[in-house]
Amino acid sequence: MNPANYLYLSALLFTIGAAGVLIRRNAIVVFMCVELMLNACNLAFVTFSRLHGNLDGQVIAFFTMVVAAAEVVVGLAIIVSIFRSRHSASVDDANLMKL
Amino acid sequence: MQLAAAATQTSTGEAVQFWILGTVAVLGALGTVLMKKSVHSALSLAGTMIVLAIFYLAQGAYFLGIVQIVVYTGAIMMLFLFVVMLVGITAADSLKETLKGQRWLAAACGLGFGILLIAGIGNASLDTFAGTGQANSAGNVPGLARLIFTKYVWSFEITGALLITAAIGAMVLTHRERTERRSTQRELSEARVREGVHVAPLPAPGTYARHNAVDVPALLPDGSIAEKSVFGTLRGRGQIRDVSADALERLAALEQRSEEWLERDPDRVEPVRLAQGPGGDRAGREERTERESGREHESERAEEGAK
Amino acid sequence: MENLIGLLVASPLLGAGILLTGGKRLDRVGHWLGTLLALVSFALGVALFANMLGKDADDRGLHSHLFTWVPVGGFRADVGFQLDQLSMTFVLLITGVGTLIHIYSIGYMEHDERRRRFFGYLNLFLAAMLLLVLADNYFLLYAGWEGVGLASYLLIGFWQHKPSAATAAKKAFLVNRVGDIGLSVGIMLMFTTFGSFAFADILPKAQEASTTQHATVTGIGFMLLLAACGKSAQVPLQSWLGDAMEGPTPVSALIHAATMVTAGVYLITRSGAIFNAAPDAQTAVVTVGAVTLLFGAIVGCAKDDIKKALAGSTMSQIGYMIMAAGLGPIGYVFAIMHLVTHGFFKAGLFLGAGSVMHGMNDEVDMRRYGGLRKYMPVTFVTFGLGYLAIIGFPGLSGFFSKDKIIEAAFAKGGTEGWILGCCALLGAAITAFYMTRVMIMTFFGEKRWVPDADGHEPHPHESPSSMTIPMIILAFGSVLAGGLFSINSSFVKWLEPVTGHSEGDSPVSAGTVTAGTMVALVIGVGIAWAMYARRSVPAVAPRGSLLTRAARRDLLQDDFNHVVLVRGGEHLTRSLVYLDHSLVDGVVNGTAASVGGLSGRLRKLQNGYVRSYAVSMLGGSAVLVAATLLMRAV
Repeated sequence: MNPANYLYLSALLFTIGAAGVLIRRNAIVVFMCVELMLNACNLAFVTFSRLHGNLDGQVIAFFTMVVAAAEVVVGLAIIVSIFRSRHSASVDDANLMKL
Repeated sequence: MQLAAAATQTSTGEAVQFWILGTVAVLGALGTVLMKKSVHSALSLAGTMIVLAIFYLAQGAYFLGIVQIVVYTGAIMMLFLFVVMLVGITAADSLKETLKGQRWLAAACGLGFGILLIAGIGNASLDTFAGTGQANSAGNVPGLARLIFTKYVWSFEITGALLITAAIGAMVLTHRERTERRSTQRELSEARVREGVHVAPLPAPGTYARHNAVDVPALLPDGSIAEKSVFGTLRGRGQIRDVSADALERLAALEQRSEEWLERDPDRVEPVRLAQGPGGDRAGREERTERESGREHESERAEEGAK
Repeated sequence: MENLIGLLVASPLLGAGILLTGGKRLDRVGHWLGTLLALVSFALGVALFANMLGKDADDRGLHSHLFTWVPVGGFRADVGFQLDQLSMTFVLLITGVGTLIHIYSIGYMEHDERRRRFFGYLNLFLAAMLLLVLADNYFLLYAGWEGVGLASYLLIGFWQHKPSAATAAKKAFLVNRVGDIGLSVGIMLMFTTFGSFAFADILPKAQEASTTQHATVTGIGFMLLLAACGKSAQVPLQSWLGDAMEGPTPVSALIHAATMVTAGVYLITRSGAIFNAAPDAQTAVVTVGAVTLLFGAIVGCAKDDIKKALAGSTMSQIGYMIMAAGLGPIGYVFAIMHLVTHGFFKAGLFLGAGSVMHGMNDEVDMRRYGGLRKYMPVTFVTFGLGYLAIIGFPGLSGFFSKDKIIEAAFAKGGTEGWILGCCALLGAAITAFYMTRVMIMTFFGEKRWVPDADGHEPHPHESPSSMTIPMIILAFGSVLAGGLFSINSSFVKWLEPVTGHSEGDSPVSAGTVTAGTMVALVIGVGIAWAMYARRSVPAVAPRGSLLTRAARRDLLQDDFNHVVLVRGGEHLTRSLVYLDHSLVDGVVNGTAASVGGLSGRLRKLQNGYVRSYAVSMLGGSAVLVAATLLMRAV
């Protein structure tokens, strides 16, 4: 097996995550799909690290994780505060910005 | 794991592992997207993440694999579950699409994007790979540490700032400023007495041992449910689980068994007035028809009991 | 002496300032103050004239530079005065006749409660007219030109409570404005061509410039002619003069006989060098003059309103002057000479007409006059002398000046000379006819008086001495001026250094022309005598021939203007409005509508749903990936 298969898997997971973001309305699930996309990217980075034979890809993946953690913290806080004020976790309900 | 400087094939074991766990990962991802309840989505995602952790380990990224399990599956996913609980697990997400054409567009874009990505990867010349053996020769963690604290130290510092900012941001977002003084317990009780509606504490939920969950209301002596014993929010959502019918049925059965055992005349003694619960329980109704004859007698007693 | 020139203008200007801003406390002395300042101006003029006579003929010009008015880079407009023989002639005419009319107005406007204001306007008019003739550059001349227009507007519309007067004032102002545009364009052309406004810079170079920039010089000539047409009521801008008779009679006498209408003649004579260098423009000038002299004469024949008949006469006489000025050096002197004599007798005629109206309850219809000679002897005699002068009775002013113009017309030479000469002779005959008609209908025949609108029977009486004295003085001028000017050709010698003069070679001798003029005179008087003295004048005008009816309507000038200019303008504006609505607005609104419609559709993309935005993002990413791959593939 060629390690490129990991990349195909990564692309597949990324696409599934993206489709989830587009389809789901529950903000938490949307957020999970975003995490899925980030993880797919991480898999790609790790695979690239292996392909190139150095650790830079892993370092990038590490940073991605840290950023993802920060993102999750802020995002979930936003979801909670939106839920508090509107009693809904649906992204379609937060549409006051439209024209 | 692999010591070859440049190889074209991985081991058969890894291939087997990839195909099995890869399938699991894709299934988990699909589950995340397609599961109706967000708890299930979260669990599916956790599964995918664990699989990914294994893949990291398999590709020589030992540190990342462990961090993936500890941080992602452990911390982040727990955070997700916590928020899911906070928001309400039963708020099941309808999968019915409300935006016109959104599903078609999403499908088209997703498919197109995926096909393009895969085509791009297929186009790339990835016949050989270096493997991480050389890079991990001094150990994966020391290698990463060397990079992080030398080449990427600036990014690392900035990431620290980012984390602090995120933490403060989350606190600010979820913090609710109290605009008025909190009433003391004394003031609350005085207000309660002054209103005179519920001077005593509200009834506790779940009178019977089998159903002492918060969403199960207590039963009144006549078998009907005590609405006030359930938390107001649950009542508002209509999430009360009415178990009175079940309980009454069991009780009646027990009663009958004991009477049979004691060989008492069932007509003479009426232990419990069967209530017309919301469930309209079948057992109670049958019992009532059975005891049609002693009806007047019963109703008198039932009135007393209600008082 | 140079400083006196400024005072000449300043004196009436000061009067205007005081009278118009002084308020009611000046009501009792206002007319005396106005007259005094006009008299001061006249006295200064006489002093300067005396000074000028004491010098050599070639050294008589005075120049007085006051200050630089508009210094902007290469653009420089000065306030400076130039007093030469031409200006001097005008100064004396303006201040002399002006002063007499001031005196006359004291009596004529006695019962008008706004008399002080009237004198203020008169003074303003004098100041503007003096500024016009004394300016040493076209820029300042333009200021005087506009001042004259303003003052004439104020004076024609002086009885503004009458809608006809207000309308006439507006009409005069608007028609004059057309001419003013010509003057301003001409001045701009001069500045671009010669780089200056001063006469001294422009006129000597005109001949030289016409060799290199012939079209421009001709254009300047045409523009100046347009200006002269507006101010001097020449065809095609003649329509305002008849209506301008709505103003008080002294105004008619001052503005529309002696001064304002002569501004055009002054302009053409002053710019003679330009016209000499542009023969095409000169041809246009003589054509305009010849047409107008016949036009005005024909109109004058048909009018029953005494002032309008005189207005037609004025138009005709100015036509003579313009024609003479258009003849070039052979005509300039005679144009000015006729202008001066005309100033005397026409002012006298107008004042006489005013005197008649004064005695006849402001009646203007000559068919309701008749037999007035017994009741108003002084008016009759002065008016009669003016009449004899204007028809060119031998020995009186008009005879000398008009005869010379007819001679000059023949002297133009060629077919052109014959045509012009015959026109002038015909005009002389018609002049004799209509003036005799006016004379007979007013002073001879039986009484045809009718009570006025309020039922007052007219009681004709001689006017007060403040009115008759100016008339007598003007009558003296009418009788003597022409003769004085002609003794030893003194007027020609006087003006020659400024305008230049050449005799031309007439195909007919001077004696023949004089004889022809006499024949025309006799024919005109004879026909009028036969028509109006032998038969009684009907009190209501007969229907008359087609020409008579057209002439009563000023030869359809207003109808022409209405059809061609007003209607044409309306159609033009309507089509422009239509064009604006359909084309310009269509393009603009269409653009706006299409942008609006497009944004209305694009707006649907902004539906506020995060997921829709996410689809666009993913679609965009897909496009980017596709582009990247494509670029790599290529």
